[in-house]
Amino acid sequence: MSGPGLVSAARTPNASQGAESRMTRALREASIAGALAGVLGFFFLALRTDIVTGGLEVTTRWGLWFTAIAIVFAGRLALNLFWFGHSYGAGKTAGRKITRLLPSSKIVGRVALAFALILPFFFMVLFPNRDRQYIDLSILIMTYIMLGWGLNIVVGLAGLLDLGYVAFYAVGAYSFGLSAQYLGFGFWTALPMAGLLAATWGLILGFPVLRLRGDYLAIVTLAFGEMIRVVLINWKSFTGGPDGVSGIPKPTFFGLEIGRGSGSFGDVFGLPYEPIHRFVYLYYIILALALLTNFVTMRLRRLPIGRAWEALREDEIACRSLGINTRNTKLSAFSTGAMFAGFAGSFFATRQGFISPESFTFLESAIILAIVVLGGLGSQIGIVIASVVMIGGIELLRNLDFLKQIFGPSFEPAEYRMLIFGLAMVVIMVWKPRGLVSTREPSATLKEKKLIGADQIAQGEGH
Amino acid sequence: MTTQTQSLYRWKDDPVLTVEHLSMRFGGLLAINDLSFEVGRGDITALIGPNGAGKTTVFNCVTGFYKPTEGRIVARHGKGAQTEAVDHATRTGKRWHKSGEGAVFLLERMPDHEISQKAKVARTFQNIRLFGGMTVLENLLVAQHNTLMVASGYTVGGILGLPSFKKAEKAAIKKAVYWLEHVGLVDRADDAAGDLPYGDQRRLEIARAMCLDPQVLCLDEPAAGLNPRESADLNMFLRYIRDTHGTSILLIEHDMGVVMEISDHVVVLDYGVKISDGDAAAVKNDPKVIAAYLGVDDEAEIDVPEVRQDLSGAKGVPHE
Ligand SMILES: Nc1ncnc2c1ncn2[C@@H]1O[C@H](COP(=O)(O)OP(=O)(O)OP(=O)(O)O)[C@@H](O)[C@H]1O
Ligand SMILES: [Mg+2]
Repeated sequence: MSGPGLVSAARTPNASQGAESRMTRALREASIAGALAGVLGFFFLALRTDIVTGGLEVTTRWGLWFTAIAIVFAGRLALNLFWFGHSYGAGKTAGRKITRLLPSSKIVGRVALAFALILPFFFMVLFPNRDRQYIDLSILIMTYIMLGWGLNIVVGLAGLLDLGYVAFYAVGAYSFGLSAQYLGFGFWTALPMAGLLAATWGLILGFPVLRLRGDYLAIVTLAFGEMIRVVLINWKSFTGGPDGVSGIPKPTFFGLEIGRGSGSFGDVFGLPYEPIHRFVYLYYIILALALLTNFVTMRLRRLPIGRAWEALREDEIACRSLGINTRNTKLSAFSTGAMFAGFAGSFFATRQGFISPESFTFLESAIILAIVVLGGLGSQIGIVIASVVMIGGIELLRNLDFLKQIFGPSFEPAEYRMLIFGLAMVVIMVWKPRGLVSTREPSATLKEKKLIGADQIAQGEGH
Repeated sequence: MTTQTQSLYRWKDDPVLTVEHLSMRFGGLLAINDLSFEVGRGDITALIGPNGAGKTTVFNCVTGFYKPTEGRIVARHGKGAQTEAVDHATRTGKRWHKSGEGAVFLLERMPDHEISQKAKVARTFQNIRLFGGMTVLENLLVAQHNTLMVASGYTVGGILGLPSFKKAEKAAIKKAVYWLEHVGLVDRADDAAGDLPYGDQRRLEIARAMCLDPQVLCLDEPAAGLNPRESADLNMFLRYIRDTHGTSILLIEHDMGVVMEISDHVVVLDYGVKISDGDAAAVKNDPKVIAAYLGVDDEAEIDVPEVRQDLSGAKGVPHE
């Protein structure tokens, strides 16, 4: 799509320096922007639902969609060539690539945040008939963003390949589910406890495991993840076994239930109850939890502990020569990541109202890991994009009836869901082997902040 | 020649580091065999020997990366040999012992990270080990991890953004800048360490080790791959470190010119055995050393003319 400059840029950073012109770069970035607009705008622009007698009707508006993509493409191209233009070509020293920090990454973050904050209302206004479905999907995506951010601490920052992350998600979910069942805990009481328990389990499992290196670490974490699930299945008397735990309470709003009847949220605030309130409330809870994860991670990255995590990913032996206790440092990364999985797990329990070991299979770990890898190890915004693309994509492929028009009426898109999805993953990883956002922002600067290119960044063990 | 004659036995009287009867066995290979030597406080001590002699292995034992098969390695803070304190620690099975005279550390009992943190023995690596994906400045901040960790209240105070942590971080950056100025890398502070040219990386690694405020700095072939100019600058830098910071330096070096010029004390190793020990002048004329380097005993496949040149260069004879 963006010309031969791309391939050479990825393979030979030195040679491509001269070869890759400003135009090629501008074209490449514009293509990325266009593609993003295409993905993001697909729901809003290309598909339109209308109420007609007898149900809903989906109309497609390909023209509008393509126009939008074209505008974004052209706009980004123009910006690149005429506005950001000066930042290319300048920051080159000794023939090596030094990417200046473009304001765009910050702006993308801010815009995404603003959009996330108004999202439920956006859906309620624009898609009054499907708002519940879309908000629910947003909740799902947001959960994965949070899980991705949590795992990013372990895999992206500390470079420890953890294939059993879902274990801590399960610990969080079950600690709420069981404490609600046996002790009558509510969501807000159980939430900190779930995080703490998951972090503790992170320490307990991490202690023996983190001595291992590379592939061995990956295999053992995978085994531990499965073990927790198997324990949940077999410890019937306590966990309910394969039947799981049900009747998990919904979160309250400062003690007020979101529901019908006197003393409920709607009653107190004079709002007539609508089921959508629950979804909106859940959405804001997971948004807040995800933002907390992001905030803590960003903060930790700038503290000595976070810097030690990244140093560990870069070179463990050098860390040891600098007096860093690598075992404790690894454990702290492992249990911090686990804590956020625990939070997310207890949210999952309250959202579903029902949990069973089935929700915590290896596939779940694999999806979360895929989000982190696809987004670019260590990149927060990359994980957001990857979650939207992956989880949104999986859901999208569930409902793509228009593919029948292409492949014939016997084509059942849902059946090919994973195939198409896997293919898309392969394509993206070939196109961007180090993930969508592969540059690294330094944690401290003396004079001028410069992004560090992927070619220098180590990936840690077992990658 | 800069060696001072009165320093002939300084390393015996005031050793900052002693290696005693050290042996290291890898399966059937005895890489170090009953090796003993001293590193004098404030000296620049060179550890030399042909390829595979076991020099790096000695470093790995001293800095805790290998557990020696046998032997004792003692680092000392404070004056003198502190024999009593060393005996006391050895007897009681402690890792270190602090007394009025200073402190002694039995390195063979300590894990690697404690050796740099507590015993203040820092090192560099033969194949440079920088954090390539982090900036030059970040590399130097990681080296101050333990100080900063305490200042950040083990992260809690840091998350809350306490002013005491901010102050400590400023001080850490100041120290980093100090060392960057001395290795001429201030302008590259915000570049990825992996982007630096080779010579700069070598110097950055030394600067990073110096951020630990070490008592003993162990350098594994710091001049390898440097051009003559860079090598001369490095000599000056090492002297500066020793003179202004009082850091004792133990260095492995192949370039005889460098060794003879800056070392106060030279220890020569061959096949894991010490074959000579003394000041540069004494070692240079030791027939055993010449034999080892020139490969008199047929086995050694060393590039003879080059070594001869190195040795003659060290004697001050200009070579072509
Ligand atoms: N971890 C190890 N396992 C097995 N053998 C080792 C190990 N480390 C070193 N050796 C062996 O010990 C001997 C000494 O190696 P060492 O690296 O200490 O030599 P050196 O004097 O540093 O050599 P050079 O000048 O090439 O750096 C060599 O025969 C080497 O193969
Ligand atoms: Mg060596």
